[in-house]
Amino acid sequence: MAALVLAEHDLGQLSPATPRTVNAVAELGPVDVLVAGDDVAGIAAAAAEIAGVARILAADAHLYRDHDAKALAALLQRLAPGYTHIVASASATGRDVIPRLAAVLDLMPVTDVVAVLGPARFERPIYAGNALETVSNTQERQLLTIRASAFRPALKGNEAPIEAVEADVNAAAAARLVSAERTEGDRPDLSSAQIVVGGGVALGSAENFQLIEKLAAVLGAAVGATRAAVDAGYAPNDWQVGQTGKIIAPDLYIGIGISGALQHLAGIQGAKKIVAINSDPEAPLVKIADYVLVGDLFVLVPELIAELQRLGVSR
Amino acid sequence: MKILVAVKQVVDHAVRVRVRADRSGVETDNVRLSMNPFDKHAVEAAVQLAEAGHADEVVAISVGSQAARDVILTALAMGAHRGLLVEAEGRVETLTVAKLLRAVVDEEKPDLVLLGKQAIDDDSNQVGQMLGGLLDWPQATFASAIAVTATGLEVTREMDYGRATFALGLPAIVTADLRLNTPRNAGLPMVMKARQKPLAVRPAANFGVDLAPRLTVEQVVPPADRAGGRSLASISELAAAISSEVAEMELR
Ligand SMILES: Cc1cc2nc3c(=O)[nH]c(=O)nc-3n(C[C@H](O)[C@H](O)[C@H](O)COP(=O)(O)OP(=O)(O)OC[C@H]3O[C@@H](n4cnc5c(N)ncnc54)[C@H](O)[C@@H]3O)c2cc1C
Ligand SMILES: Nc1ncnc2c1ncn2[C@@H]1O[C@H](COP(=O)(O)O)[C@@H](O)[C@H]1O
Repeated sequence: MAALVLAEHDLGQLSPATPRTVNAVAELGPVDVLVAGDDVAGIAAAAAEIAGVARILAADAHLYRDHDAKALAALLQRLAPGYTHIVASASATGRDVIPRLAAVLDLMPVTDVVAVLGPARFERPIYAGNALETVSNTQERQLLTIRASAFRPALKGNEAPIEAVEADVNAAAAARLVSAERTEGDRPDLSSAQIVVGGGVALGSAENFQLIEKLAAVLGAAVGATRAAVDAGYAPNDWQVGQTGKIIAPDLYIGIGISGALQHLAGIQGAKKIVAINSDPEAPLVKIADYVLVGDLFVLVPELIAELQRLGVSR
Repeated sequence: MKILVAVKQVVDHAVRVRVRADRSGVETDNVRLSMNPFDKHAVEAAVQLAEAGHADEVVAISVGSQAARDVILTALAMGAHRGLLVEAEGRVETLTVAKLLRAVVDEEKPDLVLLGKQAIDDDSNQVGQMLGGLLDWPQATFASAIAVTATGLEVTREMDYGRATFALGLPAIVTADLRLNTPRNAGLPMVMKARQKPLAVRPAANFGVDLAPRLTVEQVVPPADRAGGRSLASISELAAAISSEVAEMELR
């Protein structure tokens, strides 16, 4: 058995999801990591440090710059014969590529895996996390996306050899990037953050949403938002947490002015501890939170920021 | 252009589902079913393209039991021109759905296939990408905007870092995210009119596709319960609780 993990990266940085994805399949056999992109030497070097990785395959070509699903699926299809498991994190890229590759190889993929129970036995959430299904199969090859937040990262301390793989000469990207709109900021990566402060539509405006960002800054936390807050334009789309947004598993989630609709809860089920600040004691998030403060967020949050600063709490 | 739009019937998003006691799955008897929310956005996008004069025909297709006629009727009421039910009983896997859709694409020869980004029952997020692979067509998943250009489409996609716009030629696959548009609520006259529109029913077995599932569902269980906790009386208590949680965190 051998696994090939597609490395996740952006702006020349290896994503924290990749060491977690490697760890998810490490027990199944040797793990190679494919780093595909434009100018990937630095990313390949970072991936080579992940403990347990046997080899880095670096596919350095303009063709892979924008993570084009067709180009990446073609590359993985060429490499597939050497592997029993082809694995990506359940990111925008992994979700785009793995099912496409699966269909080309005539295989059923298993996506959003939260537990690897054996070489061909996996657990995944369904119905927005309101149920967990265990699936198994007898296919010759397993195509998986891994919910990175459900796994611990593999340690560092390795110097895996880096080998170049040729780009497909005849391939062309199917879609051409016209423009990208990135959310600026220096907050930690939401998907892997240890503390997340989330804000709901109760914040009322993008300006007021800065209250959430301020509390997050004090705690060194990432910022999350509900779909309602994103739809209202208070927060960028990549901050959305939930069934259709990011899935997070922080040690601490602080949900402010968030009702806790089941689609939002789907994204925070992995949180170890939950704090809810809400004016409604009956809100679903309040019912499941470990610590609850009932009241007006516009009064409570500034006080909380001041108190945390007074206590010198920071991360 | 001609547009094919794929719609799935699922347990309504407002239903709090229950796992069956025998762990065989989720209780779907006597619960409200409706069109997968993402598919409403896909239908709306297709109808808007038709209204803008970019498309002359919108065909709604569903793979499912006779009950799935309902979601096709919803699509017809929203403005799709005709419907096709590919009738199949029991669990139909995503790869099978994709293969059936490919067979329909081969017959219908659409320029664009619109789907939802994920079905909220199995949360698979697979079929559009699979169809892209089977047809070797370009795909733009998680779309929050679609514009028609001289050479094809410009689609804005929701990415992990924000959004990005991609140009792709036709024919193409696009999967809809929730911010793509606001689906219309079809009024009674549209619902009445929908009943007059053509709705063909064809058995899945007629498409030459292997319908047998590849995955065995061994069990379905509910998630671990969260205990719920303490109501705190003051900011100082909350700050102290946060402070001790932070102090206990392992450095990662
Ligand atoms: C298919 C589908 C997918 C979805 N995916 C997602 C998803 O991924 N993520 C997501 O978040 N949602 C998702 N949703 C939407 C979800 O159903 C809810 O509508 C949304 O999460 C609600 O956001 P909210 O909590 O900000 O708003 P609301 O439900 O309106 O809650 C606001 C809360 O703020 C409290 N409040 C009001 N004023 C104050 C105040 N001054 N101080 C303190 N508290 C106050 C209220 O008591 C209330 O509890 C999805 C929905 C569908 C149908
Ligand atoms: N049985 C089905 N019939 C019609 N369309 C489907 C069916 N299953 C999935 N789809 C389409 O594929 C999209 C993605 O579904 P999934 O990959 O199952 O999450 C859905 O939003 C639908 O547009």
